[in-house]
Amino acid sequence: MAKTVRDTIKSLTRNHLEVEKSLCFGQCLTAVGWVGGTLPEMYEDEGMVEVTTADVANGGFVVGAGLQGIRPIYVVRYQGFQWYNSPIIVNYASKSKEIWGISCPIFIRSIAMEGGMGPVAGSSHHSIYQRMPNTKILAPMTPLEYEFTYNKFMKDDEVYYISEHRRSYDNTEELNDVVLEDSDIVLFPISITRFDAMEAVKILLEKGIRASIIHQLWIKPFTFQDHWKDCLNKSKYGGLVLDDDYEQGVASSIAHRMMIESDKKVHTLGLEHRTSGFHSSTDNLPPSSKVIVNKVEEIING
Amino acid sequence: MNDFRIKVFNKASLCRNFDEVVFQKLQDKTVTFPTYLSVGQEYVPSSIAQVMEDKNIEPDIFIQHRGHATYLSFGGDIVELIDELLGRKSGCANGMGGSASIQCKEKNIYGHDGLMGSQVPIAVGSCYASKKPTIVFMGDSSAEEDYVFSSIGWAATKNIPILFVVEDNNLSILTKKKVRRNWEMDSVAKGFGVEAYNISDDPEDIQKHLNGVFEKPMLLNINTIRKYWHAGAGIDDPNVFDRYEYEMDKLGNRSKTLHTTSKKIVEDLWRKQLEIQ
Repeated sequence: MAKTVRDTIKSLTRNHLEVEKSLCFGQCLTAVGWVGGTLPEMYEDEGMVEVTTADVANGGFVVGAGLQGIRPIYVVRYQGFQWYNSPIIVNYASKSKEIWGISCPIFIRSIAMEGGMGPVAGSSHHSIYQRMPNTKILAPMTPLEYEFTYNKFMKDDEVYYISEHRRSYDNTEELNDVVLEDSDIVLFPISITRFDAMEAVKILLEKGIRASIIHQLWIKPFTFQDHWKDCLNKSKYGGLVLDDDYEQGVASSIAHRMMIESDKKVHTLGLEHRTSGFHSSTDNLPPSSKVIVNKVEEIING
Repeated sequence: MNDFRIKVFNKASLCRNFDEVVFQKLQDKTVTFPTYLSVGQEYVPSSIAQVMEDKNIEPDIFIQHRGHATYLSFGGDIVELIDELLGRKSGCANGMGGSASIQCKEKNIYGHDGLMGSQVPIAVGSCYASKKPTIVFMGDSSAEEDYVFSSIGWAATKNIPILFVVEDNNLSILTKKKVRRNWEMDSVAKGFGVEAYNISDDPEDIQKHLNGVFEKPMLLNINTIRKYWHAGAGIDDPNVFDRYEYEMDKLGNRSKTLHTTSKKIVEDLWRKQLEIQ
């Protein structure tokens, strides 16, 4: 049976505690479900550390552990909680190497989900970390991407923000780029929008619209690779960055970089710029394949 | 003559003379950014540092923004501190930290990031991971940050070897404690089950209360008096009690000699560093 993202995270975590002798901090880790089944059933004497429900302090505890060079994992069960967890991480851990020459590597597992999650907990919030220097952000959605991300972290000495999504946990497939020589449009999807973007590409093709798809694993630092640029420049209508965070963050930033470095316009599509409610009528969901198709048609039709 | 008091005075003397020079350097604009002088509060870190020396303990130290005296009492490099205040790359925080974010790796003194009270959860997490004796300094104002409370609570839950030190100068800039709150930090800590005391900055009072330090979490709220402005070079009230002057009078000629000697050392070092372009 193919390995899921869930199993990948679980085995990497077990290895991190058993072999690397590190610690994994978080709230309610050992509760029923073990964070969507992504954690091995281990307890405090094995390195699985239950913290308080005081999010700001918890971020500080992890920074302290990071200063001891143990490369802690920090599980934040809802990305929206990063508004409380991030202050000490971004203000201390991200700056420590630069100011004091002491690196403070932390592997932050920040988990998104949506649908009836309300104004705080839903969707991705990787944009709040993006502004800070010396913080790396990746959004792995496949088993190999997750392994790559973890291995990168273990060889690096900076804060890694891992923008996870619960809907990816069952995934066993790798998601490959489709780079066409003559695209009408190029999609640059981030996080969970990658799955919907792939679906959208199929729908668009049925409508006679040829879309390339270039998956975005690295959010920060963002490197605009030459063959991406080439694909974008050869496209008829430019690009579209897709995100499950608000458009006014990472998506706009990446689109801006792409436009500076290419000859094409790059549009964005993410969460609507409004507060999310709990009820389906007031929710604020990541762009679905249908919404992506509509946006592409809108771009093409001017 | 009490040997402990003299040793503490010796440390405090270095701190006092250092910051008196910095006071001048702020006035003549040699130092040009916000600077937090420890003058008046030296006896808190000096006494604790001496107790640690006597107990042969080398703790991890998490410093606060007003930290010159903590840095110097625990053996931080004085030349690197001067360079830091001059904004030089050779400074103890690469010339980036200024007065508020000083550190000394060799003495396990971790820098402060300027976010009030953040050093408390960071120290707790560090102590939890290392299990090493750890001291964290905060002011009576930063102690009011909500994450400080949860940090003390978690330290108590995990029973880690940490000492919380509140340098209680009764002021948040110039706002007195009674205006801000109707509770004391030792009561808060006791509420979490932490051994806690509200004491003066008399060195022997501090020494006495550190008998069981690091056997479990402990909090000392130490009442002290800041002699100068919150930041910069100025005097709010010239008539406040000065622990350092009081001790010097009490200890007699030996302390006066120590004071004069450390004054000369500090002034010479500043002069020498300023000659380097």
